Amino acid sequence: MSDLMKVTIDGITVEVAPGTSILNAARQIGGDIVPPAMCYYSKLEGSGGKCRTCIVKVSKGSEKDPRPMPKLVASCRTTVMDGMEVQNITSPEVLEARNGVVEMLLINHPLDCPICDQAGECDLQNLGYENGLQRTRYEFERRTFERIDIGDKIQLHMNRCILCYRCVFTADQITNKRVHGILNRGDHSEISTYIQTAVDNDFSGNVIDVCPVGALTDKTFRFKNRVWFTKPVDAHRNCDHEKCNGKVTLWYKGADVLRVTARKDQFGEVEEFICNTCRFEKKATSDWNIEQPTAIADTSVIASNHYDTFRPLPVIKENLALQEANKVELEKSTKF
Amino acid sequence: MGRKLLLEHINVPGINTLAVYREKGGYRAVEKALKTLTPDEVVEEVKKSGLRGRGGAGFPTGMKWSFLAKPEGVARYLVCNADESEPGTFKDRYLMTYIPHALIEGMIVASFALGAKTSYIYVRGEMMPQIRILEKAIAEAKAAGFLGKNILGTGYDLELYVQPGGGAYICGEETALLESLEGKRGNPRIKPPFPAIAGLYGCPTVVNNVESIAAVVPIINDGGDEYAKIGIGRSTGTKLISASGNLVKPGVYEIELGLPVEEFIYSDEYCGGIANGKRLKATVAGGSSVPILPANLTLKYANGEPRLMSYESLSEGGFATGTMLGSGGFIAFDEDQCIVRNTWNFSRFYHHESCGQCSPCREGTGWLEKVLHRLEYGHGKMSDIDLLVDVSKKIEGNTICPLGDAAAWPVASAIRHFRDEFEWHVKEPVKSLSSNYGLANYAVPIEKKVEEVKQDNL
Repeated sequence: MSDLMKVTIDGITVEVAPGTSILNAARQIGGDIVPPAMCYYSKLEGSGGKCRTCIVKVSKGSEKDPRPMPKLVASCRTTVMDGMEVQNITSPEVLEARNGVVEMLLINHPLDCPICDQAGECDLQNLGYENGLQRTRYEFERRTFERIDIGDKIQLHMNRCILCYRCVFTADQITNKRVHGILNRGDHSEISTYIQTAVDNDFSGNVIDVCPVGALTDKTFRFKNRVWFTKPVDAHRNCDHEKCNGKVTLWYKGADVLRVTARKDQFGEVEEFICNTCRFEKKATSDWNIEQPTAIADTSVIASNHYDTFRPLPVIKENLALQEANKVELEKSTKF
Repeated sequence: MGRKLLLEHINVPGINTLAVYREKGGYRAVEKALKTLTPDEVVEEVKKSGLRGRGGAGFPTGMKWSFLAKPEGVARYLVCNADESEPGTFKDRYLMTYIPHALIEGMIVASFALGAKTSYIYVRGEMMPQIRILEKAIAEAKAAGFLGKNILGTGYDLELYVQPGGGAYICGEETALLESLEGKRGNPRIKPPFPAIAGLYGCPTVVNNVESIAAVVPIINDGGDEYAKIGIGRSTGTKLISASGNLVKPGVYEIELGLPVEEFIYSDEYCGGIANGKRLKATVAGGSSVPILPANLTLKYANGEPRLMSYESLSEGGFATGTMLGSGGFIAFDEDQCIVRNTWNFSRFYHHESCGQCSPCREGTGWLEKVLHRLEYGHGKMSDIDLLVDVSKKIEGNTICPLGDAAAWPVASAIRHFRDEFEWHVKEPVKSLSSNYGLANYAVPIEKKVEEVKQDNL
């Protein structure tokens, strides 16, 4: 008997190390059964449990104690037990509750995607497409805030915030001084800095990357371009900051580098945090060693303008039966 | 006359001072526990008494104490939750104002049982007079040798501190209280770990309500078995009920659990009936967060049996026809009260008090409040009623702490029992601004169902 824990998520069994959360176990399986996470961030200690979009049903507690858990649980903060059985997309109850949470997240969100810089790479947008309603049932005025500049490089647009606390944890754990937190309570809570102090330290720019929505944006990139018109490229430089290794993604439009971000993995989390010099100061190709085009998922709107996903073989074009069978893909390929 | 344990000497002049409290048998429990019992024996007595947490959830106190982790070399803490701020509940404030020494005596015994060397009383910030009263009482107890180093020569040390809160309802949730006590923003923690394993400053901690701690005193004085004889079934002992609303004599009453609800409302010993000769329309039996019940279901179960004031009896019938004892905030509404307005008022409270950490509660409480406000002020639609039910369902059970449930239950239960009144508000928007729906059939007595004799058996 190894010390690995066996956990079954939506009928797929995986063995994980003790102490792993249900969400991370699901990420090891991958695919559709990974619960969406808006507030959990594996690189930030203490994050998670707040947005409630990752809720799942535990239909069997463990091998020893097979009772199901009475409530739906936040998968990001529930550790697996040996023999646990979890239902995510196979449980209608979970999907209904998740739709409810998404509706709640959107009732005070301005839905100004057409003018939001995050559109196209926004976690809330993706979540809304997958789990949201097509119309809103909320008929009241949405809460509004003034935009605040926190520092000369970052703008906080509190209207869009879903209070995931990721930036608070980032400011707390990655940067060296805590000047950034939550004011007020309930639905009037707002992310802010103490008496509007500027956030001023070498790693403050990372709050932009961890923000799942367009609440914290890069002022050097604001309104420069839509993200799906830019081309991401992996690059690195020898950064002299001790904590930064200079591995980034450059976002090109033509020959210009419009912005620099940290590299993100398939779950939208940064691989390594980068310093403000790399992010804001180095915007010339000559500063960087280009590695390769960034891999972008086919499903992402960013991929749609740049990469052909399907090139029909010549034989398909000649054979009528094959043409019929590959009709959808052929249509797609002619679009590009 | 019901037996009084906590409020026995409440009318003695000067009972708030140590001298008079001692004269009436005060601090006997400290002497008995520290000198003749071991900590485990105290826990055992409390377990035997069947005392259940008086703060609302009704979790057995002795069990909670026995769950406390006891690793070597790590401090343990006892924290008293005096952040009482639920609409309709004011029993702890009463107890702290008039017999503060009962709480302090209970704190000493409970700290001894748990092995805590430092204990805190977290008092809601608005209760400034009570904070001063408690601090004065602590100074008196310390001067008399009941606190500090080497209490009564037994070698047990205890320091007791009063900590004012910032006045947030959410800090009555035990993990939010601990965060607040540590000097942080009062957001509930995500459980597990439970406070019994990692609580205040990461050390094992027990958080108990004021009344639960005060109830330890009679348990130690008379013995757990004696205490368990009072009450009914698994609801043992006495309970403070803070009665408010349209009653002849609102106030704090100590009842023996198992008292019929009808007797509590109408007998002269307790509330003395409904004020101004009106009729009862509805009650909230245990503070604003428990489901509201119409008059007929308050007095009787759905099958016609009389309902009693106890944990089990009040929750008889589940959410469909029952409610909960909660923290004992008993609110009575007479025939001229508007349930829609009351529900809106409760929702407004929860909207204001939601901490804003997890999304369903943060956004949902505001939504509920706005829809109810619209209904109350004559702009409602028929679809709003179902919307409220749906939103409350989506909050309930999906939040970190029970505040989400507490916000959802009053709304869901009001619509379940008083749907006619909500519909009337939609149909008669102008009339509903100037008059009320009235009693309707909410007080029609439930007839006891007669068992039908089956003819086949004959």
